[in-house]
Amino acid sequence: MKQKFKLCLQIFLTFMKIGVVTFGGGYAMIPIIENETSKKKNWIAPDDLIDVIALSESTPGPISICAATFIGFKLAGILGAFCAVLGVVLPSFVIIYLISLFLRQFEELMIIKYAFFGIRAGVLALLVKAVISMYKKSPKNIVAYLIMAASMAAVAFFSANVIIVLVSAAIIGLAASIIARRAGRELT
Amino acid sequence: MTLLTLFLEFFKMGALTFGGGYAMIPFIKETVAAHGWMTTEELVDFIAVAESTPGAFAVNISTYVGSQVGGFLGAVCATVGLVLPPFLLILLIAKGYEKFKENRIIKGVMLGLKSTVVGLIAATVLTVGFSVLFPAGFSLDAVGGYLASANLWFILIVFAVMLFLLMYKKLNPILVIVISAVLGIGAGYAGIITV
Repeated sequence: MKQKFKLCLQIFLTFMKIGVVTFGGGYAMIPIIENETSKKKNWIAPDDLIDVIALSESTPGPISICAATFIGFKLAGILGAFCAVLGVVLPSFVIIYLISLFLRQFEELMIIKYAFFGIRAGVLALLVKAVISMYKKSPKNIVAYLIMAASMAAVAFFSANVIIVLVSAAIIGLAASIIARRAGRELT
Repeated sequence: MTLLTLFLEFFKMGALTFGGGYAMIPFIKETVAAHGWMTTEELVDFIAVAESTPGAFAVNISTYVGSQVGGFLGAVCATVGLVLPPFLLILLIAKGYEKFKENRIIKGVMLGLKSTVVGLIAATVLTVGFSVLFPAGFSLDAVGGYLASANLWFILIVFAVMLFLLMYKKLNPILVIVISAVLGIGAGYAGIITV
């Protein structure tokens, strides 16, 4: 019992460290998770870590939350999963909560107004880069291209509801892959 | 009531966003606009804050919107709502994930979801881009004068330079924000742009 408590505390502290040092989240977190849980602690084999990432990609939610839940659960069951998620979320929760208390007041300062004017152009560049890198990782076939184009048009020009678009895309993807398999082909 | 709404809205996002981070932006943009929680401009500003602070983007934005709308408890409700679906789902499948990964139904669903996310973010780029380039809205009468204004050209140039640095020089996103901020401050005090 005492040993499990100690392990959970270690899980909590390790994931808190991961939560503090990763900026930008997502894929930027993977090398750090690898370093902390696989190289330093030997908690998880490198091959298993690749599976964790694949699993995180095919389940909803942030990669860091999925990976923390999975590794925490493997190590110490539900309590371990809880400690890992709490650890990884706590640093950004505290920092963002503090920022949220004064961001609006700061925004009234002239220097901050100028800064954000420039920043908006930079954020637009970050968004465009996100589209390009998501495109590179996405499936490349005619069905995928049609879904991309249709969802973009539906949301940008017809203000379609995002949930409806997501659910329709999932159904169309499933239907297309079943039809393709019947025809003896695989959509990748 | 607000707390419950926050929890449910972020629970939905946690359950339906695949790919994490930026994949969530189209969804969050729709939600904050529907409830009047945040303007597109505030959302864009917050993306910069989230990029410059540690942690997952999705977690940061839930905490922030939650806090703005419902104080500390709001932040807790929104963040817990976001985290709960992936947490529960991973617990459910952690044991049999080999089967889950190879499941044909999951593969088919993922084909659709991975593709739609690209389209959804592209749509966000269009609408966010439009509101960044034309903050006062777009009208045919005013567009002639606006095309000659330094504001528009400043944004276009900073955008192009930052995109180039991101794509070809692998510049860190935090540096993109710092450099854009410095350029904005410089151009503001030099009287080039007006805000």
